[in-house]
Amino acid sequence: MMASPNRIAETFKSLAAKEEKALIPYIMAGDPSLADTEALVLALEQAGADLIELGVPFSDPIADGPVIQKAAERALLSGTSLRRILGTVKTLRTKTQIPIILMTYYNTIMAMGEETFCQDAVAAGVDGVIVPDMPPEEADILHKATQANGPCLIYLLAPTSTADRKTEVIRRTQGFIYYVSITGITGAKLQGLPDIEKNVRALKKKAKKPIAVGFGIATPDDARRMAAFADAVIVGSALVKIIAKYQQDPDLVKHVKTFTRQLKNAI
Amino acid sequence: MPSIPDKRGRFGKYGGQYVPETLMPAMLELEEVYAQVRRDKTFQKELQDCLTHYVGRPTPLYFAKQLTKTLGGAKVYLKREDLCHTGAHKINNAVGQMLMTKRMKKKRIIAETGAGQHGVAVATVAAMLGLEAEIYMGTEDMERQALNVFRMRLLGAKVTGVTAGSRTLKDAISEAMRDWTTNVRTTHYLLGSVLGAHPYPMMIRDFQSIIGREARKQILAAEGRLPHCLVACVGGGSNSIGLFYPFVGDKKVQMVGVEAGGHGLTSGKHAARFSGGSPGVLHGTMTYLLQDKDGQVNLTNSVSAGLDYAAVGPEHSMHHDTGRIRYTSANDAEALKAFDLLSREEGIIPALESAHAVAEVVKLAPTMKKNQILIMNLSGRGDKDVNQIARMRGIPL
Repeated sequence: MMASPNRIAETFKSLAAKEEKALIPYIMAGDPSLADTEALVLALEQAGADLIELGVPFSDPIADGPVIQKAAERALLSGTSLRRILGTVKTLRTKTQIPIILMTYYNTIMAMGEETFCQDAVAAGVDGVIVPDMPPEEADILHKATQANGPCLIYLLAPTSTADRKTEVIRRTQGFIYYVSITGITGAKLQGLPDIEKNVRALKKKAKKPIAVGFGIATPDDARRMAAFADAVIVGSALVKIIAKYQQDPDLVKHVKTFTRQLKNAI
Repeated sequence: MPSIPDKRGRFGKYGGQYVPETLMPAMLELEEVYAQVRRDKTFQKELQDCLTHYVGRPTPLYFAKQLTKTLGGAKVYLKREDLCHTGAHKINNAVGQMLMTKRMKKKRIIAETGAGQHGVAVATVAAMLGLEAEIYMGTEDMERQALNVFRMRLLGAKVTGVTAGSRTLKDAISEAMRDWTTNVRTTHYLLGSVLGAHPYPMMIRDFQSIIGREARKQILAAEGRLPHCLVACVGGGSNSIGLFYPFVGDKKVQMVGVEAGGHGLTSGKHAARFSGGSPGVLHGTMTYLLQDKDGQVNLTNSVSAGLDYAAVGPEHSMHHDTGRIRYTSANDAEALKAFDLLSREEGIIPALESAHAVAEVVKLAPTMKKNQILIMNLSGRGDKDVNQIARMRGIPL
């Protein structure tokens, strides 16, 4: 089952043809439940999302700020696991072909076994994986496991990344480059826009791969400014906050859709 | 001495650098700076001066005559790290990293602390060198180690409570890593144990191995031979690796690491990583970890805040697999009994962490011959625990 690299690549290709930028919303799988996640993914797509990033809850998420930490706690309380998330993706694949990317800490993959994870993720219909605590130095095992059938292994670059690290990530990453906008954790305050623009534009000259910018993008206005130079905009904490606020509300999906539509319209 | 870890920070299959990209350049800088200071004579002299005149080294290797008599077996020696300035071995590492921070021209230090001993050591050295210090501590630990919280604040450090997760050491480390990710350009993360991403486990082991180097010299001077056995408690594992490392090549010297057995191994409420853990990745390193089948990190339990952690230093994982070090555990009740025993027999109140090592000595020494020598690392003093013990016994102070 070799679907994965193409779904991401095709999405970026068709968006480029339309001169559109990609919106990548991030939600925590299993927050508040996996049934909600299923409904939310479909709603996000209807509201204009181009790719979906699904967070896999981990007990010790060192790259995440308080909003996503709490979402992970809620997801774990609702009994979410990587294996059950793959089940949800499999169900979703009967309803949508939107590219789905998992963001998961290394230990959850290691507990499943790197090869098993790659096989099962691709079989379920996962297109890519982002591992925030796995720099290129520690990527060999997972990289090897993705070689047969995927999923795409998407690497991150940060404002602190040196020139040779950029070259290495550009060489390795599949699907796109995840550029971390700020020196910080998810949900932090966005600042230094001129620097972000300068860094992303410089990166674009070197990389023949799409660049998605994430971390700290909280409003449609933030998204619009990022989309001026990036190929894709990732919005996580701001969306997770809405899900936290309305999780008991029957209109949860409606609120999520409204915000997503505003984001997509802005870019 | 074997050249472990390798260039990629691996102790066998353990160790490595599992950190966000944002931190990787800082890890590489730290590797580079450490490689420089390791062979820089000026730095080494500065460190030595500081250890001699500020920390109070060498610490004594004390023959515990009464305890030896009571246990009726091996001759028990105590390496008195409790006599270091601030009352524990933690300052050996704090001094080393603080001098490195000055070299890196960073003005701010952050640290995590469990029992508060590392936090106090960091606050102390930061005060001496005029650096700003912020210490992360789980609120559960702040409660049971209130005295150390007060000491850190007296020394001018900011103590920030962490309310996430189990509100203990694990969560304090996560929060310190988040701060570091945000302020990495101006801040050094002064990690307190042989945990985390490379080069921390190697660097902290080297700073702590002064314990074993001194003990080796001292026992040869006192007895003219090497000890039969070494015993130390293992939380992250810095006091134990500090004592053990200089003896690793001495094949006949046995080594025993004592983990926190909490309410007992069968209760599931403990911090004995080698009796229920499996390899995983936490806080930047691959090592033995208490986790569930999905890789979620378990909550731990111990009367001692300093041993209450779900992972262990990667070098220990390697020594566990090769069998070079034997790992065992002492439960809360055994540690508390040992706490009383050492206080009464030798007039030394041990830290609750060190009391776990005492508990193992109580089991082990009587099984050894009278001419055999055992060295136990008395890693810290117990003043910080007196309030907690009194509370547990219903005695108002």
